[in-house]
Amino acid sequence: MDRPVSEAQTKADLGETVLFKGAALKLDCGAALEDIEIAFRTYGQLNAEKTNAILICHALTMDQHAASENPLSGKPGWWIDLIGAGKIIDTDRYFVICSNVIGGCAGSTGPQSLKPDGSGPYGTDFPVLTIADMVRAQGLLIDHFGIDSLFCVLGGSMGGMQALEWAATHPERVFSAVPIAASTRHSSQNIAFHEVGRQAIIADPHFQGGRYYDGDERPRKGLGVARMAAHITYLSETTLQQKFGRNLQDREAVSYGFDADFQIESYLRHQGMTFVERFDANSYLYITRAMDYFDLAADHGGNLAAAFEGTKTRFCVMSFTSDWLFPTSESVQTVRALNAAGANVSFVEIESDKGHDAFLLDEPEMHATLDGFLKSAAQARGLNATKEAKDD
Amino acid sequence: MIDPKASAHGNLASSRIDLQLIANRVEPGTKVLDIGCGNGALLDLLVSDRQVDARGLELSQKGVNACVTRGLSVVQGNADTDLSYYPDNGFDTVILSQTLQATQKPLEVLSEMARIGERLIVSIPNFGHWRVRLDLLLKGRMPITGSLAASWYETANIHLCTLRDFTDLVDQIGLQVESCITLSNGRAREISGKPSARHNLLAQQGVFVLSRG
Repeated sequence: MDRPVSEAQTKADLGETVLFKGAALKLDCGAALEDIEIAFRTYGQLNAEKTNAILICHALTMDQHAASENPLSGKPGWWIDLIGAGKIIDTDRYFVICSNVIGGCAGSTGPQSLKPDGSGPYGTDFPVLTIADMVRAQGLLIDHFGIDSLFCVLGGSMGGMQALEWAATHPERVFSAVPIAASTRHSSQNIAFHEVGRQAIIADPHFQGGRYYDGDERPRKGLGVARMAAHITYLSETTLQQKFGRNLQDREAVSYGFDADFQIESYLRHQGMTFVERFDANSYLYITRAMDYFDLAADHGGNLAAAFEGTKTRFCVMSFTSDWLFPTSESVQTVRALNAAGANVSFVEIESDKGHDAFLLDEPEMHATLDGFLKSAAQARGLNATKEAKDD
Repeated sequence: MIDPKASAHGNLASSRIDLQLIANRVEPGTKVLDIGCGNGALLDLLVSDRQVDARGLELSQKGVNACVTRGLSVVQGNADTDLSYYPDNGFDTVILSQTLQATQKPLEVLSEMARIGERLIVSIPNFGHWRVRLDLLLKGRMPITGSLAASWYETANIHLCTLRDFTDLVDQIGLQVESCITLSNGRAREISGKPSARHNLLAQQGVFVLSRG
């Protein structure tokens, strides 16, 4: 592929966006995307040697606002606990990049974007994407910064899949990789849950085959149900039981009807309703599909270890005891393959009752593990411990 | 192992001489796997003293987390089941320190180690030590000693052996004993080749350097 001509522009409401004009990104499905836009945020400074960049890869419904307020929702960055000056992902030390995946709906090219031929938004004419395609697009952004090799690629869930894809496909560009609560392939159960979500969206009369952008209506109900089903998979049974139990919502007795009698019902409905305000139904279809298609072993002749053969990347794999969406057994598969490939790998299972969502929460053991791993990797990379003191 | 839940090296914190002896026998700059690496004391020593590319495998989650937090490359796993996932000749030296007696299948573990590494360093508590023998002879009870401090029903040490038993197993697998260090009351003695009957009586621990020969 030709090196794209980049044209940086700023969109106040979405952080920064870079347009790769005139370049076509070839996708796994055979199609190509032209004039790709990538919305991103950066934190900290890139050093002169360009060796201190950390790429943060977001999960299914997240965005590039990892460590700063989301301009649309007003909510703090989703990994603000981890990223910032003096924090574990220390922006005094590292240059942190987080970009919205292609296919997403937070500023990067996706189903909402206008087709280059001027015939309106893509909708479901958008080509089906893979995790590898998302990583290729991130590669354009990394090129745009002139970075040859990332100090670390780090992410949870789908972000962890991207970190693994980066390490497998571009090992020379990845000094270290941290896949958290992730897997090298999406399991049958996970595909099943995604299919439920997609069918809910498609069944919504307002979906209209994905060509709903022109009208006033959106497939809100369908997307809301998709989110409700998915949200259950992000939590552990313990969390649900402790938080809600069989408690009733604002009532003394069951109503003998189909209102949200139980707190858990009310909670899920709220999750569904708020989600549709910030997420696009078509993006949901495309991104879940990309996750379903992810299978690193299949991309390497069925041998997962072959995906990492000869790798020099340092890996830190983490899982959570109560995560049943990406259970520890999946991470163990990854670790065994990495060991078989002779890779430098650390693997920690973290005791937590918070389910899959634990990677987004304040988990001291995860933080301590990441801190130890990053410091040791930074030392191996020759990155200075801290920036020179400013108070001179 | 004193406490089945504690790491092997944690138990040896007071006798760091064991770790130093092992570290001294590792070539600087080589690739090393420490099986049952506990809280990472030996790995730390190997990285700082011998600048090795050190990896660890540890059963206890607590131990693994402690290791990774201090920047060591360690994975959670079981010596009995997880060594098969490591490639042939993946390491210059494979270390098993005070762990063999806690494995389900010592023969398989040693064979796997020999497949993975060029050299093996194995340290074991010596069940042939005179105090152990005397305990059994005079008291008629399972011995409890400094390095074997748990009662028979609590101990994680399910495959205890003497130095001589160990060298028999080494022969059976077809490995060579390059050298052996015996430890007794904190004093180390290097002997060439296999330990004698006298060593088997007086040593509390043995540290063996093995090769495929």
